[in-house]
Amino acid sequence: MFGFSRPQLIAFLAMLALIIVCPFVVYPVFLMRVLCMALFACAFNLMIGYVGLLSFGHAAFFGMGGYVTAWTMKVWHLDASIAILLGGVTGGVLGLCLGYLAIRRSGIYFAMITLALAQMVYFFCLEAPFTGGEDGIQQVPRGHLFGFIDLSNDMTMYALVACVFLGGFLLIHRIIHSPFGQVLKGIRENEPRTTSLGYRTDDYKLIAFMLSTSLTGIAGGTKALVFGIATLTDVNSSTSGEIVLTTLLGGLGTVFGPVMGSVVMVSMENYLAQFGAWVTVTQGVIFMFCVLAFRRGIIGEIGNFLKLKL
Amino acid sequence: MTDTILETAGLTREFSGFVAVDGVSLRVETGTIHALIGPNGAGKTTCFNLLTNFLTPTRGTIKFKGEDITGMKPAMVARRGLVRSFQISAVFPHLTALENVRLALQRARGASFDFWRPETALNVYNDRALELLHDVGLPDLGNAVVADLPYGQKRALEIATTLALDPEMMLLDEPTAGMAHGDVDTIVQLIKRIRKGRTILMVEHNLSVVEGLCDTITVLTRGRILAEGDYATVSKNPEVIAAYLGSSDA
Ligand SMILES: Nc1ncnc2c1ncn2[C@@H]1O[C@H](COP(=O)(O)OP(=O)(O)OP(=O)(O)O)[C@@H](O)[C@H]1O
Ligand SMILES: [Mg+2]
Repeated sequence: MFGFSRPQLIAFLAMLALIIVCPFVVYPVFLMRVLCMALFACAFNLMIGYVGLLSFGHAAFFGMGGYVTAWTMKVWHLDASIAILLGGVTGGVLGLCLGYLAIRRSGIYFAMITLALAQMVYFFCLEAPFTGGEDGIQQVPRGHLFGFIDLSNDMTMYALVACVFLGGFLLIHRIIHSPFGQVLKGIRENEPRTTSLGYRTDDYKLIAFMLSTSLTGIAGGTKALVFGIATLTDVNSSTSGEIVLTTLLGGLGTVFGPVMGSVVMVSMENYLAQFGAWVTVTQGVIFMFCVLAFRRGIIGEIGNFLKLKL
Repeated sequence: MTDTILETAGLTREFSGFVAVDGVSLRVETGTIHALIGPNGAGKTTCFNLLTNFLTPTRGTIKFKGEDITGMKPAMVARRGLVRSFQISAVFPHLTALENVRLALQRARGASFDFWRPETALNVYNDRALELLHDVGLPDLGNAVVADLPYGQKRALEIATTLALDPEMMLLDEPTAGMAHGDVDTIVQLIKRIRKGRTILMVEHNLSVVEGLCDTITVLTRGRILAEGDYATVSKNPEVIAAYLGSSDA
């Protein structure tokens, strides 16, 4: 099913069970944050893990998706489903524009260009009237889904977020295990060789980038809806860095790594928040520890230990 | 009456002042095996990069099957039937041998942008891929992860992948480099089998391989053509002997 191997299917069912059970045990708003970040990280992982391109500007798509969803909810009073979709479209269109400029570069140059372009998006958001500058867009109503499901209840909202996450997760898994995904893996493994077989690799990379940024926009839009706010934080380069760290921590190029990474990162932010700046310091230490001691990330190391591809 | 499949005129490539390929006018006849030899740094690989448009020439033109392909995108050159291999074995290490070959076969579908379709859509190519693996002497290795294969088998796999495109012309950059003696022989036999209906241009340091395989030999030194002809002619050329004795290799 969906190209899951047997161990992956078991892991997926376990994750599904947790998604269903957890809201009855843990604060749902916390879980929704985890799921939004997890979708963001999975989308990011599509680029770094399966195309081999490190984007250092993914916050631009996350934040802009958030702004557009928030704005269309607040000003146009759209249906929540449409507003989230518009967040995704925003991510995709922005991804096409920035990707077009960046995709011909590889390695560190790609990372630098995405970072620079994302900084421009940040300044745009800082200055543009509709984003509310430093204040952001606040008091965004959660509204209704399909016109009749009231989302103000946390449990109902949680159900929507869980569906968005699962939809995105399965889509990414399908992308990776499609004829298209096969070419992406070829590019990751050996780009000149893929070119020499007659593939225009730039086109493939750009489409993968757009898919990634669309899903990132959806994640950002969903998050804005959950918290009723869209701010500069989500477009900031520190968010781009955080998602790199999240994915690295969970395991680059693994299916479940980004999800695991998000669970750990969001928990850490949540429980260390009382210590203020120590969150950043702790993240820094973990990052160094990751790079030095377990490069495969949590899921990557577990998979390696069990000799499984997770 | 012989046809020319590939022809260059005054092909030149400079790297910030340094001329790596200098006014090369090469003519490769259809259906032949043509060798490009020369000491290290002579510009052979650079020539290959120019012919397949991985590099743009500073000057000069390239004609393939009568069409000017200078400045075309490398992927488009490959689609026209001029496919290269690489000096450093070019495989997809973390895919299986079957997936490696299938990635080439998959080209026949056109642009595979269908990210919504399951991978099983590619299973129609499995039989052909296994057949090709069999042809190059790698039967039963379909599910092997390529990174784990020995060097000789990687090179054979690379040829299988190139063959999967059924190209009219293949460029092989040192297909036997770094191989054990037995493996060299396997590759030579393989090239003899696959030459039917194809033109091959190959860079090769091993002169006994060249002698046994190639119809025409072009000798390149410092980016220029030094001599051209069949093995007997070229190997007697005093300039060629001097060039080869002057270098440590060959
Ligand atoms: N991208 C590049 N930038 C600068 N110089 C280059 C570049 N590529 C090749 N050269 C130079 O061009 C010359 C020819 O290199 P090339 O790789 O074509 O030689 P070759 O004949 O294939 O040698 P070998 O037998 O060692 O493979 C060398 O002196 C090399 O240093
Ligand atoms: Mg070379």
